[in-house]
Amino acid sequence: MYQLSGVTKRYRRGKDSVNALDGVDLTIEDGGRLVIQGPTGGGKSTLLQMLGGLDRPSEGSVVLDGTDLATLPEARLTRVRAEKIGFVFQSFNLIPTLTAQENVETALVPLPGLKARERRERAGEALAAVGLGERLRHLPGELSGGQQQRVAIARALVKRPAVLLADEPTGNLDESMRDEIMEVLEALWEEHAFTFVMVTHDSALARRTRRIATIRKGRVTVKERAVDAA
Amino acid sequence: MFFTYLRRELRRRRKAALVVASGLALGIALVIVVNSVSSGMNRAQDEVLESLYGLGTDMTVTKAAEPPGEGETVRRPRFRFDAKDEGDDAEQSSDIVMVQGFETLASSTVTEVAKQDGVAGAVGGLSVNVMKVDGEFKRGAVQQKPGQGGPGAGGGAVRGGGADFDVDSYTAYGTDVAHQELGPLTSSTITSGRTFKKSETDARVAVLDSAYAKEKNLGPGKKLTISGTDFEIIGLATADSGDAAADVYLPLAQAQKLADAKDKVTTVYVQATDSQKIDGVKETIQKNISGTTVTTSADLAETVSGSLSTASDLASGVGKWLSVLVLAAAFLVAGLLTSAAVSRRVREFGTLKALGWRSGRVTRQVAGEALVNGLVGGALGIALGLAGAWLITTFSPTLTAQLGGGAGAGGGGGLRVAGPGGGGGPLRDSAHRALDIALTAPVSLTTIGLAVTLAVTGGLVAGGFGGWRASRLRPADALRRVE
Ligand SMILES: Nc1ncnc2c1ncn2[C@@H]1O[C@H](COP(=O)(O)OP(=O)(O)OP(=O)(O)O)[C@@H](O)[C@H]1O
Ligand SMILES: [Mg+2]
Repeated sequence: MYQLSGVTKRYRRGKDSVNALDGVDLTIEDGGRLVIQGPTGGGKSTLLQMLGGLDRPSEGSVVLDGTDLATLPEARLTRVRAEKIGFVFQSFNLIPTLTAQENVETALVPLPGLKARERRERAGEALAAVGLGERLRHLPGELSGGQQQRVAIARALVKRPAVLLADEPTGNLDESMRDEIMEVLEALWEEHAFTFVMVTHDSALARRTRRIATIRKGRVTVKERAVDAA
Repeated sequence: MFFTYLRRELRRRRKAALVVASGLALGIALVIVVNSVSSGMNRAQDEVLESLYGLGTDMTVTKAAEPPGEGETVRRPRFRFDAKDEGDDAEQSSDIVMVQGFETLASSTVTEVAKQDGVAGAVGGLSVNVMKVDGEFKRGAVQQKPGQGGPGAGGGAVRGGGADFDVDSYTAYGTDVAHQELGPLTSSTITSGRTFKKSETDARVAVLDSAYAKEKNLGPGKKLTISGTDFEIIGLATADSGDAAADVYLPLAQAQKLADAKDKVTTVYVQATDSQKIDGVKETIQKNISGTTVTTSADLAETVSGSLSTASDLASGVGKWLSVLVLAAAFLVAGLLTSAAVSRRVREFGTLKALGWRSGRVTRQVAGEALVNGLVGGALGIALGLAGAWLITTFSPTLTAQLGGGAGAGGGGGLRVAGPGGGGGPLRDSAHRALDIALTAPVSLTTIGLAVTLAVTGGLVAGGFGGWRASRLRPADALRRVE
């Protein structure tokens, strides 16, 4: 469970400073799904960074399962990222020289006590779960954008994380692939019940989501609503 | 994963890796070539010195040069021939045997030198020049012009007088046959006949330099006459360097007799007990035995001029600096390129950090790549350097070495006369000698070791730069919008 209170992130630009996040209070239940929307530059990515322990807030606390990520020493924060948090980025962020399977394996590398063979097997299974069981040895460059993002999803979920953070996962894809990726993500969420926070402009998904947070100038407003019967 | 990732990176980014590697390769190859050419130069210099001194000699002792006193004239050789009566066509022959440089030390100096601290052995020798003049002199005849008569007319002319000479000058070296381990003859190999026996201290036997023997059509069993003394030729010696120290080798006592230099030597050849302490021994001798000049190989090397010396200066000066410069540049370029490569991969490394890779692991990965690049460059450089050294050795350009050149002591007519300020002793016995030496570039294990060390260092420098850049990346960089 996430409990954010008074989270402020200040970026300095010369003499000026920008509050990318400005006193954000937010709670996210385990297994819950939150969609984040808002205008560009509103602070969506910054919020995701705070949730994922990629960066620390200037003020406030980001408590995940009783641990404050804001003050956790770097080594332990790294371990939290390795064990609990999966990321999916807008631009896939696959390592271009590694095959699909090896890319998925990179997420298992920091986990202790895992043999190379186990890693390979689990990476293969994760890729099969996103429908890429036949593409293990392909390089990112040999895959379509949708397939690359599915590799990234497999990489995020192969370690069975408690949290999946996705920053505009369909932002770089054309229309036909967007639904496909959303379907994959929704199916996996239904199956594994991880906490799922996603920045997206996809209105179809938003209509199926109960909690929607909107960020404007670093301030969050959360709307809870009844879900459309899809 | 480390090796898989490393392998993949190196294979798929071959071009970038090759740029870093070839920069290092160039620097390392240059170091190898310069190093091996340098040692080739040293070898060539040693060869030059060896042909003068023989093996094992660390220094020579000669008489200190003294400027001639006021009114003293420089001694010159003088020949006397009688003009014989007409019809007497008998050839006349005259040999002049002179001590080379005209300066000698007493034989007792040899024992004195041998007694000094740090001296392992001392052997004396006498270098002489022999000038052989063969020919005839005819008295001219006064002829009267026909038709003119009467004494007092004075119309006669002298006809038919003249001289026909053949001048041959060569060098002889009186060697201490009882102590043959030092001296010029050690740099020659007996190729025919035999060398002196230890008992032949006063025997009338001679060993000839094979080149001189060939020129004069002499050989073992034949006779060589010097100043009316017959010497039996017992063997031929061939100089290892192709240039002999003397044309004729004689027992010391015989050479002394010929040159009228009883109990005199021109040079004492000295071997030190410790080749590291030569300078100290030189000082000791010079201090304890007055009137001597001690010349070490190092001193003599300084008198070497010609293309060998030029090339050697180049190799040790420009070559060394150039290779240091190229190497430094290669290190810097390798470091900067690796660092730039990390910058281009900010998002990749940020992503790995976001996935929970510790900073150390990312740094290790980057440094590992750079290290392998450095090693590849090093291997390439070693191959390139070996090829370069091999080429030089194969084509072995010829260098000439002039010994004792430009020292101011001018001698005319092939004879050297010690003039005022005629420089140090060895200059006098070495005369103006020019040697052709083939340049080689021997690659020593030390050089290879140095190259490997440099390759690893280059890799570490590159890896250090890259790793440092990578360690400073934040996981949030994964979200950066680059490219
Ligand atoms: N590293 C940074 N340094 C300085 N300013 C930053 C940095 N990252 C973000 N900002 C600023 O913080 C604000 C919020 O940025 P953020 O990326 O969170 O917006 P966003 O809602 O994700 O926008 P978009 O929809 O364009 O992705 C912006 O004004 C941005 O310029
Ligand atoms: Mg954003």
